[in-house]
Amino acid sequence: MTVVSLQGVGKAFRRYPSQWARLWEWINPWPRDRHEKTWVLRDVSFELVAGEAVGLVGMNGAGKSTLLKIITGITQPSAGAVQVAGRLSALLELGMGFHPDFTGRQNVLTAGQLLGIPLERLEQLMPEIEQFAEIGSYFDQPVRVYSSGMQMRLAFSVATAERPDVLIVDEALSVGDAYFQHKSFDRIRQFKAAGTALLLVSHDRFALQSICDRAILLSGGTVAQDADPESVLDYYNATLSGVERIEQQTEGGRTRTRSGDGSAGVTAVQLGTGNEADADTIQTGAAVSLSVAVRVERDVDRLVCGYAIRNRLGQDMYGVNTFHTDNVVGPLAAGDELVFRFAFAMNLGPGEYSIATALAGGETHLEGNYEWRDLAKVFTVVNTQEWVFSGCVWMAPKVSVERPS
Amino acid sequence: MLKQHASAVYANRDFIFASIRREFEIRYRNSLLGAMWTVLNPLALIVIYTVIFSKIMQARLPGLDGPYAYSIYLCTGILFWGVFSEIALRAQGIFLEQANLLKKINFPRLCLPLVVVGSGLINFAIMFALFLAVLVALEALPGWELLGLIPVLGITVWLAIALGVSLGILNVFFRDIGHFFGVVLQFWFWLTPIVYPASILPEQAQGVLLFNPLAHCIAAAHTVILDHTMPPWRPLLGVALVAALLSVLAVRLYLQHGADMQDEL
Repeated sequence: MTVVSLQGVGKAFRRYPSQWARLWEWINPWPRDRHEKTWVLRDVSFELVAGEAVGLVGMNGAGKSTLLKIITGITQPSAGAVQVAGRLSALLELGMGFHPDFTGRQNVLTAGQLLGIPLERLEQLMPEIEQFAEIGSYFDQPVRVYSSGMQMRLAFSVATAERPDVLIVDEALSVGDAYFQHKSFDRIRQFKAAGTALLLVSHDRFALQSICDRAILLSGGTVAQDADPESVLDYYNATLSGVERIEQQTEGGRTRTRSGDGSAGVTAVQLGTGNEADADTIQTGAAVSLSVAVRVERDVDRLVCGYAIRNRLGQDMYGVNTFHTDNVVGPLAAGDELVFRFAFAMNLGPGEYSIATALAGGETHLEGNYEWRDLAKVFTVVNTQEWVFSGCVWMAPKVSVERPS
Repeated sequence: MLKQHASAVYANRDFIFASIRREFEIRYRNSLLGAMWTVLNPLALIVIYTVIFSKIMQARLPGLDGPYAYSIYLCTGILFWGVFSEIALRAQGIFLEQANLLKKINFPRLCLPLVVVGSGLINFAIMFALFLAVLVALEALPGWELLGLIPVLGITVWLAIALGVSLGILNVFFRDIGHFFGVVLQFWFWLTPIVYPASILPEQAQGVLLFNPLAHCIAAAHTVILDHTMPPWRPLLGVALVAALLSVLAVRLYLQHGADMQDEL
């Protein structure tokens, strides 16, 4: 069941050369625009169904907050239409119009009423709201003495006091401490399971990947990508370094992203173990050698090679590059070929993993991204020799049992 | 369209009542005398004017006999002027004042003028109750005619809120309106026979007064309180017409430009 639907939504802000121009435009019976329009959003269309969680990503200024304000109804779109079915609760920026002179309790009543919760119900829910926010005696003190984290706790507590049909969270949770972030995400997950549609804006890759079923990348006011979180985030990551070429191939349901200016390229990635030069299945704890063969296409001053081993969800297990290991090479000329060999023990739990490779001119891919490849190699780790364990990491303990007497 | 707005406002009635209550709480938070300030300010004004005009200037104003007639005349005028100017002035600034709330939460904007009317009426009620007590003490209390004040009050408030909301919306876009209106109110006060009776003005000036809608409202109030008779209704109908026209203007402005207010706050 679709709960949120946007069709061709656009938003333009008007700029008038002077106040007199605006006045003239209002008074003039013949409609003639005397303003300039700056389009911050153009032709945005997507839908959310009940129980679906969508992450909204994009650089600062891409139009995410404006889009959320339109969905919430605070601003009207200049073009297109929005429909929201059911009750919407939104945590935009910081605080929800809390009045600084009033206590937390009083502000809960105001904000709760404005969110559409009747007064009697709010009074019933008050003890739970107080308990969830966990700000102690500050609950009855003016909001002006709260820190930003405490205000956010209160705002989140009120906004989620009753399960809404649509929940929008705009980067607000980032000011919370780890404990509260954990609590908030737990509650968000519960709502999602109960059928709430969720729209989450965040720069936190982990948060997005663990909750969202889908991600939308907003770039320059338009929807650049609308797909699974992993490929959207890979694409976003690539755009952050301002690269020229971004290729994505989909193979068997997984999208490989390759980007970079092409100054150097990886020609082969091999994972050798034991007698095999290139294996697809590795034993937990086995000694492996990762070989990355590189061909330089253009003269470069420095070449740094890095890799990251990621699990099925795209989360980094281990990643490092030769800048940090102090193996920077250079200068190199076009046509040079090298092989980087990384020898380590595959201390990972059973599962499917991928290797991403990066060739750059410095410490990170943001300084000269020669080539970045996601899913350069895919392999499986199995555990047939060690005892049964759970988790991504192989950290075998030495066990002893004592009886203190 | 308007019906949608009206039902949205009704749905938020709890917020409106709570806001009105909060206005009073804020005003008297951290103050020692608290609610007494609502009364002390106009009371001070009345005392000063009475002392100056009645005693010092020895004005026995024509048409008013009795030692307290002038004070009662003045109080009536100030009470009704007070409710008009408070509602109009606050309504004109309410969108800017609550910009913080408007930018963060989605709620029907028309709730805010209603909060202004509610606060204004409560202030008026407090002072009017005191005024009635004084009238009882002076044995100058009118009888059933007092009920005639209800339509007078209603029309005054209607005029105030229609003007206030129109200016309020315009003020968001053209901030001069806010500054301008303060000055206008100063002049308006003296162009209305509050401190002086209309009869001391020359004939042509009295003719001009007919164009001041507030003069009619206050004259009606004077008729009830001083003369103990029902006011003439014809002039009040004229004022109601002005209020109705202003309401139409306010609604039009809101429908056309209300959505753009968000972007200017």
